Amino acid sequence: MPPSSPTEAPKTSANIILDSRALSRTLRRMADEIVELNDGTDDLIVVGIQRRGVQLAQRIVELIAEREKVSVPQGALDITLYRDDLQTVGPRPVVGPTNIPVDIDGKHVVIVDDVLYTGRTIRAALDELADFGRPRRIALAVVIDRGGRELPIAPDVVGKKVEVAANQRVDVHVNELDGQDAVTIASR
Amino acid sequence: MTAPLGKDLLGLESLSTDQIQLILDTAEPLKEISERAIKKVPTLRGATIVNLFFEASTRTRVSFEFAEKRMSADTVNVASSGSSVSKGETLVDTARNLEAMRIDMVVIRHGASGAAHFLAQRIESNVINAGDGTHEHPTQGLLDMLTLRDRFKRLKGLKVCIVGDVLHSRVARSNIWGLQKMGAEVAVCGPRSLLPSAINEFGVKVFDRVEAAIEWADALNVLRLQLERMQAGYIPSLREYNRVFGISRDRLERAKKDIVILHPGPMNRGVEIDSDVADGPFSVILDQVTNGVAVRMAVLYLLSGGKAELAVSAKGGGE
Repeated sequence: MPPSSPTEAPKTSANIILDSRALSRTLRRMADEIVELNDGTDDLIVVGIQRRGVQLAQRIVELIAEREKVSVPQGALDITLYRDDLQTVGPRPVVGPTNIPVDIDGKHVVIVDDVLYTGRTIRAALDELADFGRPRRIALAVVIDRGGRELPIAPDVVGKKVEVAANQRVDVHVNELDGQDAVTIASR
Repeated sequence: MTAPLGKDLLGLESLSTDQIQLILDTAEPLKEISERAIKKVPTLRGATIVNLFFEASTRTRVSFEFAEKRMSADTVNVASSGSSVSKGETLVDTARNLEAMRIDMVVIRHGASGAAHFLAQRIESNVINAGDGTHEHPTQGLLDMLTLRDRFKRLKGLKVCIVGDVLHSRVARSNIWGLQKMGAEVAVCGPRSLLPSAINEFGVKVFDRVEAAIEWADALNVLRLQLERMQAGYIPSLREYNRVFGISRDRLERAKKDIVILHPGPMNRGVEIDSDVADGPFSVILDQVTNGVAVRMAVLYLLSGGKAELAVSAKGGGE
């Protein structure tokens, strides 16, 4: 998808790969795929990973509600305390709120995150979810898959796959936190 | 941005407003862990913590132990009785021996003011003060502030009066220093014999009559009256103390406003606080206990891992 001319330019000189309209189309398709994957909305729970995954999960839940007329339960997961690099990083990363509002035993949980890279965040999220119960199935939906996995983890629903060099970063901006919706690539 | 805590948590007097804010903000999301089916996160896996309690304590020791276990640390409890301390070993020798077994943190409760500082300067492990003499009890001050912030959604401008034996209270000192840093107004109220003679240096209001304190305050932190104080002649009798300074429902109702009641425990019902107040709708005493675990988890988390030199390199390395 070529970068279209943005109405609201980001503050950095980053390249836009999805503008606001393209991102909302992508999320709509992802919402449909999630419902399809689950054969409907029964037992479905959408859990966003702090921080931007939470806003994206919210959008997906709204899109499902629009299409299916069903309100799917939504949760938030902060994986900071499950990171595998806590012994080496300092100062301590900020811990955000975790909220799993319903019992997840036997349910179909869809984890939503902005960018899938090494897979370490998802490993942590899987461990954390296991402390809340035993879902029948856990699926992964990401807006961007940028490759570069360091663990055997694969997404079930992907917004867009991009090839980027290791020294570049991919950022998903959401209006609620960043003042605009866009996906950008920038040099680190 | 955020100010890291450094190696130890010894008191609130030496912390900045940002550091206190960081601990309270970190404790907030940690509360939820204690509500889970599996009340445990792997954060401190592999870390060894020694709880060194030279003074009797139930609440604080259990609270620290829960906090440590919910963060997946391995813990050992050492009490002065039944340990080599009772054979005359010095504090430093005890700690150095424990450190030789490769521990990461020490939580210390000691009857001597300054014991935690003394230890912190002499061992490499992180030291957390769980109460030293009449000096400080920082995690109690922090959990009191977290409880007040939950209730009022702010600390700035809040009027908090500490009632009772301020002279011997490390809880009072940690509360005064902590609350003042967070922008609250602090007052004390109690018999003059149980207020420090240099109370003016703390920059607090002083009330001689508890009715006036109740009139002024948004919240009262009611201190435990050590029963030994009567034998030592600080107060004439427990009954008289209760009549003059005890927090009763009558006194609170006369104020015609809601006043939040805190108490660090253990309570002497019918002495410093009446049962219908302790169990009443404005008591947050059990919230304090719940918040204590979250605050201690936050302190353990913030002091653990990433040593100072690593912090610098990790910062330079990007995300």
